[in-house]
Amino acid sequence: MRRRSVDVLVVGAGPSGLAAAAAARRIGAGEVLVVERDREPGGVPRHTHHTGFGLRDLRRLLSGPRYARAWLARAERAGAEVLTETSATGWCGPTSIRVTRPDGLWEIEAGAVVLAQGCRERPRPARLVPGDRPAGVFTTGSLQRAVFLAGLPVGRRAVIVGAEHVSFSALLTLRHAGARAVAIVTEHERDQTVLALRLATAARMRVPILTRARVSRIVGSRRVEAVEVADLDGGEPTTIPCDSVIFTGDWIPDHELARLGGLTIDPGTRGPRIDDAGRTSRPGVFAVGNLVHAAEAADVASRCASAAASAVRRYLAGEGWPSPVPVQVEPPLRWISPNAISPGASGVPHGTFLLRAERFAGPGTLEVRQGERRLREVRIGRLVPNRSLRLADDWIRTTDPDAGPVLVRFRAS
Amino acid sequence: MPAGPYDVAVVGAGVVGAAVARELSRYELRLAILEAADDVGTGTSKANTAIWHTGFDADPGSLEAALLRRSHPLLERYAHEAGIPIEKTGALVVAWDDDQLARLSDIEERARANGYLRTRRLSPDEVARREPHLGPGVRGAVEVPDEGIVCPFTTPLAFATEAIANGASLFLRAPVTAARREGGFHVLGTPRGELAAAWVVNAAGLRADEVDRLFGHETFTIRPRRGELVVFDKLARRLLSHVILPVPNERTKGVLVAPTVFGNVLLGPTAEDVEDKTATATTAPGIARLLEAGRRILPALLREEITATYAGLRAATEVRDYRIDVYPEERYACVAGIRSTGLSASMGIAEHVRELLVDAGLTLRAKASARPVRMPPIGESARRPYEDEAAIAADPDHGRIVCHCERVSRAEILAACRGPIPARSLDGLRRRTRALLGRCQGFSCADEVTRLLADATGVPPAVLVGLAEPPRPGPLGGSA
Repeated sequence: MRRRSVDVLVVGAGPSGLAAAAAARRIGAGEVLVVERDREPGGVPRHTHHTGFGLRDLRRLLSGPRYARAWLARAERAGAEVLTETSATGWCGPTSIRVTRPDGLWEIEAGAVVLAQGCRERPRPARLVPGDRPAGVFTTGSLQRAVFLAGLPVGRRAVIVGAEHVSFSALLTLRHAGARAVAIVTEHERDQTVLALRLATAARMRVPILTRARVSRIVGSRRVEAVEVADLDGGEPTTIPCDSVIFTGDWIPDHELARLGGLTIDPGTRGPRIDDAGRTSRPGVFAVGNLVHAAEAADVASRCASAAASAVRRYLAGEGWPSPVPVQVEPPLRWISPNAISPGASGVPHGTFLLRAERFAGPGTLEVRQGERRLREVRIGRLVPNRSLRLADDWIRTTDPDAGPVLVRFRAS
Repeated sequence: MPAGPYDVAVVGAGVVGAAVARELSRYELRLAILEAADDVGTGTSKANTAIWHTGFDADPGSLEAALLRRSHPLLERYAHEAGIPIEKTGALVVAWDDDQLARLSDIEERARANGYLRTRRLSPDEVARREPHLGPGVRGAVEVPDEGIVCPFTTPLAFATEAIANGASLFLRAPVTAARREGGFHVLGTPRGELAAAWVVNAAGLRADEVDRLFGHETFTIRPRRGELVVFDKLARRLLSHVILPVPNERTKGVLVAPTVFGNVLLGPTAEDVEDKTATATTAPGIARLLEAGRRILPALLREEITATYAGLRAATEVRDYRIDVYPEERYACVAGIRSTGLSASMGIAEHVRELLVDAGLTLRAKASARPVRMPPIGESARRPYEDEAAIAADPDHGRIVCHCERVSRAEILAACRGPIPARSLDGLRRRTRALLGRCQGFSCADEVTRLLADATGVPPAVLVGLAEPPRPGPLGGSA
């Protein structure tokens, strides 16, 4: 096994990894290496061909692949090195990663490691959808890669499972591939996207959205022939003939490396627990992007990643590794990110925590407490599952590093 | 003109048929293997618990017990020679209540009756030390140190590959639908034409009763028993080190939890009699039952992601034992009712069948040099190509991981598309390489894997993804 030393090793060359690498270079964090397992850098936007990328970070509206190229250019211009076909397979030390590449096995010893592997959609088995196991079952990710990267046939009639932003992205991909979506199925009582996106896609294409419904069985021998859809309110199940099923959303972070390294995992996000600056539980290891908030739009993920760079540089300059207080949520909230606050923290990236709910709720109040002390109370309109709510960080200076976990909870009014 | 004539035709290339074919291929025989499906090992062989049984708990005196016992060391030796993933993890039969605790003595006695003398009783404390993540309430256990796990995909492929290396002809997509006698030969009818053979071994698994009837017998009926299984993420593998077996009772054999040779954890099976021999769908109640059982046995398991669910059919008959019969006058052997232990017993069954055939008049002369095979190392206990410096140096495509979850290299995928039994479908590729079997189920690689397979084999992508029918295979006399 060959060895190499760098100041900063970034694992994953999606928007977050590239943004973290670019920022680390710009502020003088030394030699920055990004390793990417895929054949090309860019992450998920590389195979998301519709527009809508870049507004919040690059201040332009770009297609996914152009957005991915723009971030690659930024990282490389800043002097970061990006290695593709380079898979991180394990740890050799606290901040040392083992990789497999076409030129052999390497141990990369880093001053600091930034994990940025992103997330994936839960596939059909993880959602426990019973029935036959024919071909034609996709996630948005596998659908988009099949269409845009490999030019593979994806069928003619698809049922989309899920009604969050990415579900409508799948709809656009199907249209591009010449396939028709015949239904969108969501367990919730409404879709969870924004009106504009729904109107521009499902409404225009006249795709019915079946709410309070669940795909309860897949039927087909070689290829999907139909799905059975159960009515969660007790009505009769219906059968929808189709040749593809696209399971969308329901994200899970690609946290394998984090877990193999023994990092503390946040029970809500299921990514590594991170503090206000992206620090994980292990000194020298940071985590950014959709690995710690699965899934946000690429431009949100990249902005949070950039913010971690200054903490990386300070750590390399000798700053200690603080012990944070955890930030927890209770139902109907599912997770909060960041989910820890280190002593002396003055703010989180872009001044807001990201919060997710497991169901529709509201109006009501969000209450931030530490023990008996109420740190903040904000009135909010409603909670929408699968869509982030932002909570201002103006209270974090009032947290007491010795007073135990901070709890964020929702109270309906 | 029928293809052949062959000395022996084996009907069925599941693990049993392939094992019989391998055994016979070591002798000077013209040998044909007829398989209904498009690959080796696609029926019961591919969807089971993948346990490598000692036979300690089989019915004493049964043929199943004898052949499991005979097979256990044979499979161990062969697996190590051929590179079949196998691990002797040991098993614990765990009692969770008084009734089950009382039954542990019966289990020990049964093991002794089966000639298995290495069981050991464990106290709850000893069980907790060995398996600290088991749920609360363990009352005791019987340890069976020689039980293990084995790769259900590689095993039949290794047998069939060796048979072919020794000169056997494998015909895929050739279900036997007719049989007649002509000039001292059996003439077997398939959609690909006819094939003549002096002897026929029926190892047709779930269809063994139908094939048996083609030979004029009416002795048994296969009653498929469906078993559903749940595979958990590799991150769950650290939660256990043994196969955790339940204490069976009159009604059910119960649900087990086992590591897999690919580093996952498996939970199952259910047992449900079904009519349809293709009813391999999973069901909501079946999966719910398994998760309920799993929550009790290994609570932390339920916090991990589920990687796969599947169902297989056991070829059960009216009796609780194998049905292996040879009819010397007819030059016909029927190897049926292998139920759920075929993987473990396959090599014992093969030797037993060979002996019966010799007794029935088949003349065997050993080949001067039977060729051993070496299968690709796809199990976690071996060094995988992605972590093998020499393999990558020899072929940089071993350093190009295509399926990230299972860490399958581009070179492994290309190799599986070549060779004596190449992958011709995505399922075939899954079984040979593990590609697409992992936690993302193709989110990150299905496109590239499909493209590689299509380009390497010439099978059109639309056929691979089930949107077009594969071309009809040629006649049996031609190529396989």
